[in-house]
Amino acid sequence: MIYAGILAGGKGTRMGNVPMPKQFLLLNEKPIIVHTVEKFILNSQFDKIIIATPKEWVNHTLDILKKYKLNLPVVEVITGGSDRNETIMSIVNYIEKENELTDDDILVTHDAVRPFLTHRIIQENIENGLENSAVDTVIPAIDTIVESEDKDYITSIPRRDHMYQGQTPQTFKIGVFKDLYSKLSQEEKTILTDACKIFSLKGEQVKLVQGEIFNIKVTTPYDLNVSNAIIKGSLNQ
Amino acid sequence: MINQVYRLVSPRQFEVTYRDKTVMGNQVVVRPTHLSICAADQRYYTGTRGKEAMKKKLPMALIHEGVGEVVYDPTGKRKVGTKVVLVPNTPTEKNEVIAENYLRSSKFRSSGYDGFMQDYVFLDDDRIVELPEDINMNVAAFTELVTIAVHAISRFEKKSHIQKDSFGVWGDGNLGFITCLLLKKLYPESTVSIFGKTDYKLARFSFVDNAYKIDEIPDEVSIDHAIECAGGKGSQYALDQIIDHIKPEGTVCLLGVSEYPIEVNTRMVLEKGLTLLGSSRSGAADFQRTVDIYRDYPEIVEYLSTIIGDVHEVKKIEDATDAFESDLSNSWGKTVMRWLI
Repeated sequence: MIYAGILAGGKGTRMGNVPMPKQFLLLNEKPIIVHTVEKFILNSQFDKIIIATPKEWVNHTLDILKKYKLNLPVVEVITGGSDRNETIMSIVNYIEKENELTDDDILVTHDAVRPFLTHRIIQENIENGLENSAVDTVIPAIDTIVESEDKDYITSIPRRDHMYQGQTPQTFKIGVFKDLYSKLSQEEKTILTDACKIFSLKGEQVKLVQGEIFNIKVTTPYDLNVSNAIIKGSLNQ
Repeated sequence: MINQVYRLVSPRQFEVTYRDKTVMGNQVVVRPTHLSICAADQRYYTGTRGKEAMKKKLPMALIHEGVGEVVYDPTGKRKVGTKVVLVPNTPTEKNEVIAENYLRSSKFRSSGYDGFMQDYVFLDDDRIVELPEDINMNVAAFTELVTIAVHAISRFEKKSHIQKDSFGVWGDGNLGFITCLLLKKLYPESTVSIFGKTDYKLARFSFVDNAYKIDEIPDEVSIDHAIECAGGKGSQYALDQIIDHIKPEGTVCLLGVSEYPIEVNTRMVLEKGLTLLGSSRSGAADFQRTVDIYRDYPEIVEYLSTIIGDVHEVKKIEDATDAFESDLSNSWGKTVMRWLI
């Protein structure tokens, strides 16, 4: 089975003093999460699209899905976890409760606040997810990445042509993720906030899928302004 | 949903733009899978349409020949995954007399209105026609070009006299090939002759009764009806020859687009009582007839597969640019883009 997990667990602290989590803010007068879910709905390979959101926002999520006619049998809303991986685990637990897991089952996880993704990115995540333990969506690093451990002086400057910026979706075999995650110590769990990092550190190969420079994460008021501007700028023709 | 639309912004330059679309609306949503490049697209891509037209029509997504798969159908008539051909002509009014492709109010994809180079294409329910499940999608990609010939033949059938023993087709390009092929299948008892100027192109017309080089046409050759598929300045020379060789009261179908006005020997048009029948583009009914012809004559699809030139996988904008550039250097055949972007 092929599942999509829309990670809408954020409470939007980076968005500043706004009344609701960033995934519900409006992009061209429609909640960001609606844009994102619509793109997933158009891919018929998903057996279930599971949206994980903070407990207090579950009803709100259900309401807006209904408003935009996205309250479809394929879409499910559940309560997310305390952090990113716990949210993924709550999706995994939900899947296990509903269906028996098989080794081939994959989960395509995606940030609710990356509404600009394309058909190709989803498709390549699915295709490569079926062939590999894990898949990460990346774009080549544009700026030089500088590492500093003490926040004062440079520790190292890695070769730029070896550097990529991670986006989402991230896709993985559900069984393998569950297995790896359950073996992490509490300390590891707090450090390893990225699912693909867990796979990589534990010796699993993670396949790269090319993202898009415009597949941005709308996390700050600046991002939201930029996103609204590029959509409205495109509408006048 | 934010839909990516890949528009030509200036000659040889595509850029991605974004449009907010509602998925659960009244329109059918199709994921394009195979897109074919037309000479009209190339005139925009290279900037040869002229400054005024370029300024007026760009930025615009190119491509009006394409097929895809239904991903959402509000009418429930087609299942998700159904293969369909997309109809680029989009009427905005109904008219009992004038066909949809001649209504001045109709919009046409990749001519002032976004074409099919998009993440998803949103169309009205009557703008898609279901394809046979097992069809060669590289051929189906240029169905729109086939509908041009089908449309012309349908008009010709309504307006010409009943004697149809011989046809002459001028122009040995893709459209000439398709027109000859259709005539030979739809009128198996009639003689179909191709008139062209390039040996290696004429050699492809294995199914016609006669192939003539335009500077070596025997005087005694005569035809009941003619179809002009030359276009450009060549239209004038083709029309001159047609008027010489056609029998009185014949019908001359004009399909070739010429950028500038051409001269016509009207004296002989009058003396022979000829009918000049213009036709342009096509409508949804022509797409349906074309798909029916594919079903009834599967060998047509096989013959059409011989004019597939290059097939390019397009995963990023640069791949589309490569496909257009490669198409420019091909003198024969259709360039198809497998739309994986």
